[in-house]
Amino acid sequence: MHAEPLPLIFLNAAIVNNFVLALFLGICPFLGVSAKKETAWNMGLATMFVMLVSSASAYGINWLLTQLGLEFLRLICYIAVIASAVQLVEMFVKKTSPALFRSLGIFLPLITTNCAILGLALFQTAKEYDFVQSLVYALGAGAGFTLALMLMAGLREKLALARVPDVSQGAALSLMLAGLLSLAFMGFAGLGGGHG
Amino acid sequence: MAEANQDGAKPTASTPLLTQEETLTADTFIRGLWKENPVFVMLLGMCPTLAVTNSTINALGMGLSTTFVLVFSGILVSLLRHWIPKQVRIASYIVIIATFVTLVDYAIQAISLELYSALGAFIQLIVVNCVILGRAESYASKQRVLPTIVNSLGTGVGFTLALLALGTVREILGQGTLLGIPLFGPDFQPWLVMILPPGGFFVLGAWLLLFNWRRLRLERRAKQSTGVLADAR
Repeated sequence: MHAEPLPLIFLNAAIVNNFVLALFLGICPFLGVSAKKETAWNMGLATMFVMLVSSASAYGINWLLTQLGLEFLRLICYIAVIASAVQLVEMFVKKTSPALFRSLGIFLPLITTNCAILGLALFQTAKEYDFVQSLVYALGAGAGFTLALMLMAGLREKLALARVPDVSQGAALSLMLAGLLSLAFMGFAGLGGGHG
Repeated sequence: MAEANQDGAKPTASTPLLTQEETLTADTFIRGLWKENPVFVMLLGMCPTLAVTNSTINALGMGLSTTFVLVFSGILVSLLRHWIPKQVRIASYIVIIATFVTLVDYAIQAISLELYSALGAFIQLIVVNCVILGRAESYASKQRVLPTIVNSLGTGVGFTLALLALGTVREILGQGTLLGIPLFGPDFQPWLVMILPPGGFFVLGAWLLLFNWRRLRLERRAKQSTGVLADAR
C-alpha cells in the first residue's frame, strides 16, 4: 500500500469509495443538513477541516501508541481528539460567523459523532498510510463528503418545488434519492484501486 | 428530516422531559421497539443500519453488539450520573462508550474472525452511533439503574429488529438465501444491487414508505370516524 500514488488516494476517497454513498459513513448530516446548498457547502467545509485535523492527530497518536504498545487505547484516544477538534471548529465558527453558526445548529457539535471522521482515522490506520498519504486521504474524503452533500442539496432544492405523493414525503424520498445517487457513483467502481 | 435528527440529539423534544425518575413499567421496554424505534422512527444510527445489513447474520451481529454497548454504557452512565459534571458530560459518555466498544471489538475478534472481517470498521464505529449517545444523554443520565437497563434493552432490541428487517430483505433479494440457506431453486437470478450500497438506501426507503403509508391510512381513518361522529351529533 505504501507505493500508492497520491492522486489515486485522493480520487479513491473522493469518488470511487465515496464515504457517504459507497461506504455509508456520515449519513446523519448527509440527510440532515442537505436541505439548502449553502448550508451543505459550509457543513462540507467544516467537516473537511475537522477531517484534516483529526487525520493528522490520529497519525501522531497511532505512532505514539504503537511505540508504547497501547494499541487498545486507540479508539478512545481518536474519539477524544476528534471531539476536541470539533470544539475548536465550533468556537471558530461562532466567533467568525454567528449566522452560519445558527444555520448549522445542532449538526455542528454533532460532527463529533459523524462516523466519517472516526472512520477516516480508522481506515488510514488500517491502510498504514504515511503522514502525507493520510492528509491526502483526509482531503479526498472531505471533498467526497462535500460533493455528496452538495449533490443531495441540489436535488432536494429542486424537489421542494415538485409535487410528490404524500406517502413518500420526508425521509423515505431522501433515501430513495440517495440510493439513486449511490447507484450513479457505482459507475466509478474500478476506476481506482480496490474496495475499502 | 432535520427535525427528526434534532430530536435524537436533543431528546427533550421527542421524549417528554423526564424531570423525575421514571417508575419501571412495561412501557419502559416496549416503547423502544416501536414508538421510539431508533431506526424507523427517530432515524438514528443510520450508518451501521445501512452498511452492515447486506446479510441477516451481519445484521444480527451488529444489533447484538450495539445492544451490549447500549446496556452496559447505560448502566455506567446511570451509576455515575451524580458525579459527572454537566460541562464535560458528552465527552465522559463518549469515553465510557468507547471503552465498551473496545471490549466488544476484541470479543468479536476472539469469537468469530469471519464476522469480524465482515463487519469491518463498523464495530469500532459503534462509538459514534447516535442511538447510544442519545440514550445516555436523554435517559441513562437521569434515571436509576434498573429502568435504564430495561429501556436500553428495549432500544437495543428495537435497533436489532430494524437491522434484521433490512438484512433479511436484502439477503433474500440480493442473494436468494436466508442465513446462508438457499431459498429458491438454482435458476434464481439474484438481484445483485440489493446487497450493494444502493440497495441499502432503497430497502430502508421502502420500509419508511410502508410505515408512512400505514400512518397516513390510520390518520385518514381516524379523521373519517370523527367526521361521522360529528355528523351524527
